[in-house]
Amino acid sequence: MAETLDTRVRGRGLRAGLGRDAVTVYALVAVVVIASLTVPYFAGTATVNFLLIDAIPVLAIAMPMALIIVTGEIDLSVASIAGLSAATTGVLVAKTDLPLPAILLIVIVIGLACGAVNGVLVTVIGLPSLAVTIGTLALVRGLALVVIGDEAVAEFPLDVTTFVTSTIGGTGIPTMMIFAAILVAVFGVILHFTPFGRGLYALGSSLEAARFVGIRTGRSKFWLYLASGAVSAAVGVFWVLRYSSAQSDSVQGLELTVVAAVLLGGVSIFGGSGGIVGVVAGVLLIRTVNYSLQLAGLSDTVLTIVTGSLLVLSVIAPSFAARARAARDLRRARRGRALI
Amino acid sequence: MQSSTTARRIVAISAAVVAGALALSGCAGGSAGGGTSGAGKSFSMAFVPKQLNNPYTDVELSGGKKNASKVDAKVTVVGPNTASASSQVSYINTLTQKKTNVIAIAANDPNAVCSSLNQAKSGGAKIITFDSDTAKTCRSLFINQVVSKDVALVELKQLGEQIDYTGDFAILSATANATNQNTWIKFMKEEIASNPKYSKMKLVTTVYGNDDDTTSFQVAQGLLQSYPNLKGIISPTTVGIAATARYLSTSDYKGKVVLVGLGLPNQMREYVKNGTVKEFALWDPAKIGQAAVYAGRALVDGKITGKTGDSFDAGSLGTLKVGADNTVIVGPPTEFTADNIDDFDF
Repeated sequence: MAETLDTRVRGRGLRAGLGRDAVTVYALVAVVVIASLTVPYFAGTATVNFLLIDAIPVLAIAMPMALIIVTGEIDLSVASIAGLSAATTGVLVAKTDLPLPAILLIVIVIGLACGAVNGVLVTVIGLPSLAVTIGTLALVRGLALVVIGDEAVAEFPLDVTTFVTSTIGGTGIPTMMIFAAILVAVFGVILHFTPFGRGLYALGSSLEAARFVGIRTGRSKFWLYLASGAVSAAVGVFWVLRYSSAQSDSVQGLELTVVAAVLLGGVSIFGGSGGIVGVVAGVLLIRTVNYSLQLAGLSDTVLTIVTGSLLVLSVIAPSFAARARAARDLRRARRGRALI
Repeated sequence: MQSSTTARRIVAISAAVVAGALALSGCAGGSAGGGTSGAGKSFSMAFVPKQLNNPYTDVELSGGKKNASKVDAKVTVVGPNTASASSQVSYINTLTQKKTNVIAIAANDPNAVCSSLNQAKSGGAKIITFDSDTAKTCRSLFINQVVSKDVALVELKQLGEQIDYTGDFAILSATANATNQNTWIKFMKEEIASNPKYSKMKLVTTVYGNDDDTTSFQVAQGLLQSYPNLKGIISPTTVGIAATARYLSTSDYKGKVVLVGLGLPNQMREYVKNGTVKEFALWDPAKIGQAAVYAGRALVDGKITGKTGDSFDAGSLGTLKVGADNTVIVGPPTEFTADNIDDFDF
């Protein structure tokens, strides 16, 4: 096949426009367009605000989660870490005079500690991350109950909660989205433009091979669990200030939404592939589908069925595609032999 | 080779888009609620229960739906599958966008839903809470089944009578943060501490079944294992009492450990008839929904503002008064025993 330079460059452009990341982006655009046309009240800045502000926790945690899943591991304890952070924030605000930045620092240290526990158990002791983080999911949620008990804290400084729920001018875009965007940029650069990031793909594709070429497999994963703990803790603080409420069950169940969004964004659950653009699109896709269905007055039952189906589709579609490709290559190979 | 992959991707994407379009357009049809308000005109009202598919909530909402036509309300029900506040917030936001006239909510968290309710209010909506209240500043009025203290008193009385006012007992509640549960529990604790009649009764622990049948069942099981001297259990939640009754009826504790609490007659009938449970209490939940739609009408018409001293017509419930803390009380609790349980069907 004689490819000229010109067609090869064009081919690469086409690939970028039709890769797995791009599919999620197209799906997102399609859902937004369809919702704007068919769901009353969808098109408008109110939607932008309501939709994005509740996407921020998922988007933030999805960043470290994407990197962890790229290495072939998982972290299911994120929502519990955020919950512990929320409970701690609530108690510290209610019972001490500490300024908010100090509280933020304390809970991030707590988040780092939780992440370190996960990291040590997974990388040093070598236990499967699924088992470890299911364990810490329950354990850390238990700690949240110890910290705050059956109380609920609702008194937070009004200027802070107002700032957290504020929007940028009249755009409807939440101010906090700026921080989320910075986080996305940082993780995007780490994953796609650093040797560390490329090492993560190598880890996820083949642990043995990665070790063989000199990647410090354990250390890389350990850093990711630390990052996951810290980001989850920060999300816990955001959660508390966004809802003006801290209690033991804050942020419960968010881990599955995050994992679903990451997978929908094209990160392979087996590790080794996926990109940040797709993950961002995946988060926004799930959120937009959910919000537009809610706006259309559909019950949660329909919502869970729709998001569940989306997820199943996103997982089986690549595997069907791969099978089809393999069958075609086999046919080609046979035909080729016949010619010889 | 390149082109065939490309073509296939394009086909796949188009197919997904079309499927999405069909799904969404199918859904969007009948839900353009909202709009006009004013005396005598039809108004839109949305119930946001703590969670959907809860038998107790279903009875409550049925009272609202049944009476909707009498006040010319277009009633819809939206809400989460699991009792989470953040999901309720999302639904409240959609109701704000749709300019729903009245939002009636049973809050999963008294504070977390507040800012979004205030947004709805500034958009012109009237806010009613039922069952589980929010902070007072976030709603016009709260429709409560019964006086909270009466619930606590009737449960203690029912338990006390059956255990001779002596011995250890435990409470099996819903979630650790449920406003209504915690209020009742607080009144029970106060009553035990202050009333000499209960001086020999000791509350050993409060456990949480999270209003989930399986969890409540397991928690009840664990309770009886860890407190072998337990004389009785109070479960002020319909999910909890049914699960506990089911566990007791299949165990050696049947007839030995007294169970009282708040239950639905249809769920408890079997256990009352087989002797696991002697008596329990509740009110008629359908009356809550009914009171809510009539209150919605009165608020929309501007006949009441929800201040203490207001009163409004509530159809077959007669005239209801807004009492202290802008609260409307629907009625006294009903006690169910083997003698009267067959008179109730809910």
